[in-house]
Amino acid sequence: MLYSVIGYYSLILGLCFGLILILFSVKNFQNSKFNTKILSFTFLQFFFVVISFLCLVVSFILSDFSNETVFNNSHTTKPLFYKIAGTWGNHEGSLLLWLFVLTLFILIFLLKSKNQPTKYKILTLVFQQIIIIGFFVFLIKTSNPFNFLFPTPEEGLGLNPILQDPALAIHPPILYLGYVGSSIIFSSALAATSLNLITKSWATHIKMWILISWIFLTLGILLGSIWAYYELGWGGFWFWDPVENVSLMPWLALTTLLHCILVLEKKLILTSWVIILSISTFTLSMCGTFLVRSGILNSVHTFANDPERGLFILIFLFSLIFLSLFIFFFFHKSNKDTPTSFFWLSKETSIIINNWFMMYFLSVVLIGTVYPIFLDVLSSQKISVGPPFYHKLIIPFLIPFLLMMAIGPKLKWIKSNLEDKTYLIILLLFSILLSFLIVKNFDTNFLLNTILISSALYLFLITLRDFFIKKYNNLSQNIAHFGFSLLILSIIFNNLFSTEIITNLKVGETFKSETTKIVFEGINQKKEKNYQSIIGNFSIQNSKGKIENMSPELRIYNQPNIVTSEADIKTTLISDTFIVINLVQNQDYFNVRYQVKPFMIWIWISVVLISFGGLISFIKKKYEK
Amino acid sequence: MKNKFLPLSIIFIFVIIFIIFYKGLQNTNIYTPEVTANNEIPSFSAKLLYSNKIINSSEIFESNKFYLINIWSSWCVPCKQEHPFLIELKKNKNIEVIGINYKDTQVNANKFLDELGNPYDQIIFDKDGTIGIEWGAFGVPESFLIYNYNIIKKYIGPLNNELINEIKLKIK
Repeated sequence: MLYSVIGYYSLILGLCFGLILILFSVKNFQNSKFNTKILSFTFLQFFFVVISFLCLVVSFILSDFSNETVFNNSHTTKPLFYKIAGTWGNHEGSLLLWLFVLTLFILIFLLKSKNQPTKYKILTLVFQQIIIIGFFVFLIKTSNPFNFLFPTPEEGLGLNPILQDPALAIHPPILYLGYVGSSIIFSSALAATSLNLITKSWATHIKMWILISWIFLTLGILLGSIWAYYELGWGGFWFWDPVENVSLMPWLALTTLLHCILVLEKKLILTSWVIILSISTFTLSMCGTFLVRSGILNSVHTFANDPERGLFILIFLFSLIFLSLFIFFFFHKSNKDTPTSFFWLSKETSIIINNWFMMYFLSVVLIGTVYPIFLDVLSSQKISVGPPFYHKLIIPFLIPFLLMMAIGPKLKWIKSNLEDKTYLIILLLFSILLSFLIVKNFDTNFLLNTILISSALYLFLITLRDFFIKKYNNLSQNIAHFGFSLLILSIIFNNLFSTEIITNLKVGETFKSETTKIVFEGINQKKEKNYQSIIGNFSIQNSKGKIENMSPELRIYNQPNIVTSEADIKTTLISDTFIVINLVQNQDYFNVRYQVKPFMIWIWISVVLISFGGLISFIKKKYEK
Repeated sequence: MKNKFLPLSIIFIFVIIFIIFYKGLQNTNIYTPEVTANNEIPSFSAKLLYSNKIINSSEIFESNKFYLINIWSSWCVPCKQEHPFLIELKKNKNIEVIGINYKDTQVNANKFLDELGNPYDQIIFDKDGTIGIEWGAFGVPESFLIYNYNIIKKYIGPLNNELINEIKLKIK
C-alpha cells in the first residue's frame, strides 16, 4: 500500500518534470544554450520513473493485493520469478516499462551526443518529451498501475499461465528496447528535419541508435517466436497473427532504414526515404500498441478491452503522425544540387531496389493486418487473414529479393562493374543444381521450390565464400546476410520436410505408421506449487529403430483455472521432435500430436546471427570512434 | 499547385484511416456464434445411480420448471473444478439439478460424491454413454439449462462462477 502511494506520486512528479523540461527547452532553444539543468531534470525524470517501476515490482513481490494491478495479475503461490515478470505481463505494468525505457533512452541520448549541435539536441528532447508526456498522461489517466482496492482481497487472480514462461518474461523488455529506440530515431529525425540538419554526420550519429533498436527488435521478435513455439503447442513459430505482424512491420521499416542510412552516410542522397522511414518506424510501433491494446484486434496480447484507452492512443498516435507530416512537408527540402539519378549498376541502385522490396513486404503485412478492421467497419463482415495470403504474396517476391541480397553488396558506390563474374555465375548454377537435387524427391510445387531454394542457397554460398576471401571487410553485413539466407533455407526445409502424426490414443495403446511407432505407456500426476500436472509417457520408435522417450505435459493451473499443454520437444542440430497431448472431451482418449521438424534450431540460430551482424557493426562503429 | 496536392491528399488519407479506426473501436470484437438452442429435450429411459430403478424421462421433467442437466464423471478433472459451483447452485430452490453420470463405475461415482458432496436431485447412470449421445453432448462436463421441456442453453465445459450467476439470473 505504501509502495502504491510512492509509485503513484513518483509518476506525477515524472510528468511534472516532463512539462518543466519542455518549458526549459523552449527557453534554451531561443538563446541556443544547453543548460546543464536540462540534463539533471532528465535524470530526475528517469529517476522517478525508476522509483515508480520498482514500487510496482515490490508490490508484486510482496503480493500486495491492495494494488489492483497486483490483484488482477498475481497470486501468492506463483514462483518469485513470475511474480517479478508479472510486473510487465499486464497492460499497466508494461506501459510503465515503456516509460522506463523511454526516459532511460533520452537520458543516454543526451549523455552520448555531447558533440551534436545544441539546437538539435534540445529539439530532439522536446519531441521525445512530447511522447513521454503522452505516455505519462495515458498511464495516469486511463491505466494507473497503482489503483487501490479496498477491502484488500485475500488472494489475487493470478497470471495467465501461458505467460508463465521464461522466454516471455524477457520478451517484452527486449522488444520495448527496440520499439522505444525507434522513438529516439523519430524525435531526432524530426529535429534534424526542422533544423535542416540532415547531413552525413547526422547519419553517422543516428546510425548507432538505429542499430541498437534494430538489434533489440530482432531479438524481441525472436523471443516472442520462441515462446509461441514452446508454449502455445501449435508446433509453429510464426502464425501471421496480427500481434506478430505488428512487431514485424516496424522491423521491416527499421531494416530498410538501416540500409538507407548507409547510403545517406556515404552520399547524402535518399534523405526523404530516411525521414519517412524514421517517422514510420515509430508510428508503426505505436500503431502496434494501439491495435493490440485497444482490443480492436483479438489476440494473446489484448490485456483489456477498454475503448477509452484505445481512443487515447488513437488520438495520440494521429497527433504524432500529423505533427511529423507537418514537419516533413514544411521543413524538408530535398537537396537539389546533388544528383538524384545514378548509374544503374551501383550500390545505391541495389539499395533502392531493396527498399522497394521491403516496402512491398511491409504493405502486404500492413494490409493483411488492418484489412479485417476496415472491412468490419465498412461492411460489418468478419474475416480473418491467414498464412496463405501472406505466403502467396510474399514468397514469389522473395526470390529476386534474395538474388539482390547476394549481388548487391558486391557492387561499388556510384558506378561499378561486377568483379569475378565467373564465380557468381558458377555459384548460381551450382545452387540451382543442388536445389534441383534436393527438391527432386518432392512432387509438390516443384518449380517454385527449386527456384526458391536455389536463390536462398545462392545467397548462402556467396556470403559463405565471402567469409574466406574478403576478410573483415564488411563482416557485419556479411554475417547478417548469411544469417538471413540461413533463415530462409531453414524455414523452407522446415516446411518441406516436416512430418506430422495426429492421433487419439488411450493409455497402453500403440500407433503405427510406416516410419514411426508411438507407444503411449502411461500417465503420471504431479502437484506443483501453482499447478497440477498430468505427464504422459510415450516411447517413440523411428524408422531407424531408435527409441526415444518423450513426456508431454498438461498443466492445470489453480489460479486462474486454465489448462495448458506443454509440448515435449527434443532438439538436435538436425531436427526437432515435438509431441503434445490434449484432453479430448471424452477423456479416456488423449489427442496426441507428434511432429518431426527438421532444422528448427537453425531458425533461432540464424536470427541470432542476423542480430549478431548488427552487433558487430555497432561495436565496430564504437571502436572507430 | 502540385506541391500542395500531395500533402493534402496524404493528410486526407490519414484522416480517413483515423475515422475508420475510431469506428472500429466502437465495435465490439467479441464474436459469439449464434446458438440455436431452442431444442426439445430428448426422451429416454435409464437407470438411476443409487436405486437401480429404471426411470423414464417424462417422469423427471415437469412443465414450467427449471432444470439443469449436468453430465459428469468421476474420472473427469474439470468436473471436479465445477463441482463446488453446482453445490452452490443447488442452494437455489428454483432449479433442480439432474446429473448424468457418464461412462463411470458406480463405486467411483459414489466415492466422488462422498468426497465432494452431492448437488444432484437425481442422478442418471449412463454407463455406456448412450444417453449423453442422445443429448448431443460433446464430452464431459457439459450442462443443459432446461425450461418447459426445452433446452434454453447449453454449456460446454466446466461451469464457473460467471456462468452460475448467469443461470441464477435466468431462473429468477
